Amino acid sequence: MALLEIDDVSVRFGGLVALRDVTFEVEEGQFISIIGPNGAGKTTLFNAIAGVIRPTSGRIRFRGREVQGSRPSHMSHVGIRRTFQVARPFASMTVRENVRIAAAGRAVLHSARSLGLRARSRTLGERVDELLQTTGLTPEAGRRASELNIGGLRRLEIARALASEPTVLLLDEPAAGIGVDGLRPLTDLIRGVHHRGLTVLLVEHYVGLALSLSDRVIVLDEGTMIAQGTPEQVRNDERVITAYLGRAGRTAKGEQAGSASGGFVQPDEPGAPR
Amino acid sequence: MSYLIVVGVTIVIYAILTVSLNIVVGYVGQPNLAQSAFFGIGAYFAAVFSTRYHVSFWWTIPLAFITAGAAGLLLGAISLRLREDFLAITTIGLNFVVVAVFQYVPFFGGAMGIYAIPLPSIAGHQFGNTTFLVVGLVMLAFVMVASKYLEHTWFGASLMAIRDDETAASSIGVPVASYKVVAFALSTAFAGMAGSLYAPFLSAVTPTSFGFTESVVILAMLIFGGLGTIRGAVLGALILGALPEAFRFISNYRLLTFGVILLLMLRFQPVGLVGDESVLVKLTRRSVATLQRQRRRSREPDPPSAAV
Repeated sequence: MALLEIDDVSVRFGGLVALRDVTFEVEEGQFISIIGPNGAGKTTLFNAIAGVIRPTSGRIRFRGREVQGSRPSHMSHVGIRRTFQVARPFASMTVRENVRIAAAGRAVLHSARSLGLRARSRTLGERVDELLQTTGLTPEAGRRASELNIGGLRRLEIARALASEPTVLLLDEPAAGIGVDGLRPLTDLIRGVHHRGLTVLLVEHYVGLALSLSDRVIVLDEGTMIAQGTPEQVRNDERVITAYLGRAGRTAKGEQAGSASGGFVQPDEPGAPR
Repeated sequence: MSYLIVVGVTIVIYAILTVSLNIVVGYVGQPNLAQSAFFGIGAYFAAVFSTRYHVSFWWTIPLAFITAGAAGLLLGAISLRLREDFLAITTIGLNFVVVAVFQYVPFFGGAMGIYAIPLPSIAGHQFGNTTFLVVGLVMLAFVMVASKYLEHTWFGASLMAIRDDETAASSIGVPVASYKVVAFALSTAFAGMAGSLYAPFLSAVTPTSFGFTESVVILAMLIFGGLGTIRGAVLGALILGALPEAFRFISNYRLLTFGVILLLMLRFQPVGLVGDESVLVKLTRRSVATLQRQRRRSREPDPPSAAV
């Protein structure tokens, strides 16, 4: 049985179909990227999995249990945690406090223990320190989250999502806006997280990054899944190239072969204004 | 002297209301323009039970706490799902509804209200104004300690997470909806407790004492002092509570003066007089740091370069 099953999921906003009959499975420990042009429905898919929106139809199963339409806090408790495309720090708290509260988890937040004093949980302190270390946030631990730069905010998003040891990590454009310099450490961080056994779903605008990290790639276009497979398969898929580049892309394809991204044109470099 | 004590009791009651309101508005960031209604619910239940059923003052305190808290729980559960701007309007409506209930339900004595509320007594002695002041200060201390404690719990931290970013809070597992309601109930329960002191202190309660304008006054005090901080809540109640007593002309134009003060405050110091990051707090922090540095330097015989 797959860890996470997306079964015929559709999302409609009034007349707009944001997702149409999307079906795929995620095995434990896999790294899956979801790519597609702007407005393809990538974030909508994440929001459906994270419980932010209820699918208009279809089912989402986690460990065999139907979870579609559950609240975000519930999805977080069953072990699906996410980051946000636009960083959403708890601005009035320090970086450490941000991670700390995320580490509290269900055992604390859904019981009378939430009325216990924070200072008493030492074990949590160690885990928080370790997380700050892995994400490279230790030097900024005492600063207010609102003072972080964009790279720091991106890492805080990841640290916070990892804090309660989730099973599935949903990364929504973690590279958005960080620039080429920040890309290498970020890639290493994400790879490291995955190697520790986490199942990762990545939505990424920067296709090169997505392809280099994933076991499997899912391509969305206008709400429909147009391709899925290994990075190699997707890279050479006719429909994918058309979706990204339009008709002209077919002729351009040959010229792009052998470039850094392995023949695939990157529609959007990190750090580029959008 | 006696007059000063009466003013003191009024200010202390306002302070309990601002500190309790701070839990919802300051920590959770949800507007509440009905705090005076919950204050009224506490006062009315205390009044009804002490006049009609001869319940002692000491028992009316938990009674007022529970009834106002229960009302907060119920009304909060209904309204807290709304977005902030709609919630503000809804709480205004709530305040009017509660006052109307006081006015038209015979149980609450109608437009006349309830009067001849007996003076409480302690160890056989009837309360004087000083006793009211002491009991009020004890209540205020209780609410302040409870708030301070709350700030340091996971629950309190979750409330602030909700204030900072509701979506992010729910993504890390904070049960946003229920935490909001619990915080609201706690805040209204404390306001109700203040009501149990107010009723015997004035010896009468009338519907008009708990109107919407009183809610605005309480909120103004809190914003003036500094949202989100206990010291700000107390200082706001102290200054804006004392102003009308110190200057007669302000008393006549109380709402006008408060309005102007609030506008000036929001323009020049939106975090309030002693809120975090306010000019006063920053100055204090800086001078404390300077003092400590000087003290350290005077203790150490070495030149400062060695210390660095």
